Amino acid sequence: MDINMTLVGQLIAFVVFVIFCMKYVWPPIIGAIEERQATIADGLAASDRAAKDLELAQEKATAQLKEAKVQAASIVDAAKKHEAKIVEEAAGKAQVEKERILAAGHAEIETERNRAREELRAQVALLAVAGAEKILERSIDAAAHSDILDKLVAEL
Amino acid sequence: MSSGAELTSQEYITHHLANLKVGEGFMAVHLDSIGWSIFMGLVFITIFRSVAKKATPGVPGKLQCAIEMIVGFVDESVKSTFHGKNALIAPLSLTIFVWVLLMNAMDWVPVDLIPHLIHWVTGMPLADIYMKPVPTADPNITFGLALGVFILIIYYSIKVKGLGGFMKELTTQPFGHWSLYPVNFILETVTMLARPLSLALRLFGNLYAGELIFLLIATIGLFQLPVHFLWAAFHLLVIPLQAFIFMMLTIVYLSLAHEDH
Repeated sequence: MDINMTLVGQLIAFVVFVIFCMKYVWPPIIGAIEERQATIADGLAASDRAAKDLELAQEKATAQLKEAKVQAASIVDAAKKHEAKIVEEAAGKAQVEKERILAAGHAEIETERNRAREELRAQVALLAVAGAEKILERSIDAAAHSDILDKLVAEL
Repeated sequence: MSSGAELTSQEYITHHLANLKVGEGFMAVHLDSIGWSIFMGLVFITIFRSVAKKATPGVPGKLQCAIEMIVGFVDESVKSTFHGKNALIAPLSLTIFVWVLLMNAMDWVPVDLIPHLIHWVTGMPLADIYMKPVPTADPNITFGLALGVFILIIYYSIKVKGLGGFMKELTTQPFGHWSLYPVNFILETVTMLARPLSLALRLFGNLYAGELIFLLIATIGLFQLPVHFLWAAFHLLVIPLQAFIFMMLTIVYLSLAHEDH
């Protein structure tokens, strides 16, 4: 084996290359690798979170949908009840109105009849008096016989 | 074996295993080893720096993806073994892994390709061209790396445990009795020294052997082509594995240096 200054030269080259590598080669490359690893880890964690969030949101949406259905059903129910009530009320009112109108009609008819009867009665009395006057023109004094006439009128 | 009929197989192999050497004795430098080593280091730094400059935590480009795969792989290896806090370990491991991998990958370059290219461009006679392009098949290179790691082991041992704590670790185990402390010290020192030695020799041995087999295959004539292919395919395992082992053992040794008993 031929050991000589080549060894020293190699040693110096070794030191220089290692120092250069340590200062200018290793840190940027390993830095980039580690930064990318961190980014990827963050991304994976974020996607995990997003998947969980999605699941939660879906559950929430399902629950809300169910609640909305229940609510809608109850609203429809209430509306139906309300409708029935309104119909019933209207029917009641109509009945009352009908009775009132009927009663009013009856009363009016009654009044009308009474008035007609009074009128008729008064006219009949006059007619009777007039008839009697004509028959008994000379002998009968209207004043003296008015009590008889009144009685006649009352009997009509 | 195309470098000429005037060479015997032995001469051919010896020629290819000789480094392009400048200087004498200990002051010599293997220009091919250190040159290819620095070139591969620059390839590593250039590619990784260009990605680091544009690195985005958003959607990465294809090159960034590829680089991030390597960085992520090294980071995981470090985190699974080294539990302390140290900003140096991970970049150190990345540099070792990629650099050693690239240096090992020179083993795939056909053994005669570079000498012949030089011959073709410069016109130098092949016999004068010495080129051993796999840096990690040169013990200088592997020991240079291992020495760097060894210095770090000692530095962190003393930094974390204190000089006293480190000496205590070297002397008080495995035997608890005070009279055996010198024995302990010898054992632990051998263990300590065995670490860089095994790091360097394992890498060197594997790649040197690989290169040697390529050279042997190159001497068998026309049949070398399928055999070369098989051996190169086998190196798909050897080359990354040796780079990984070097990195992993570095992490383990430094992790041990940080352990305070």
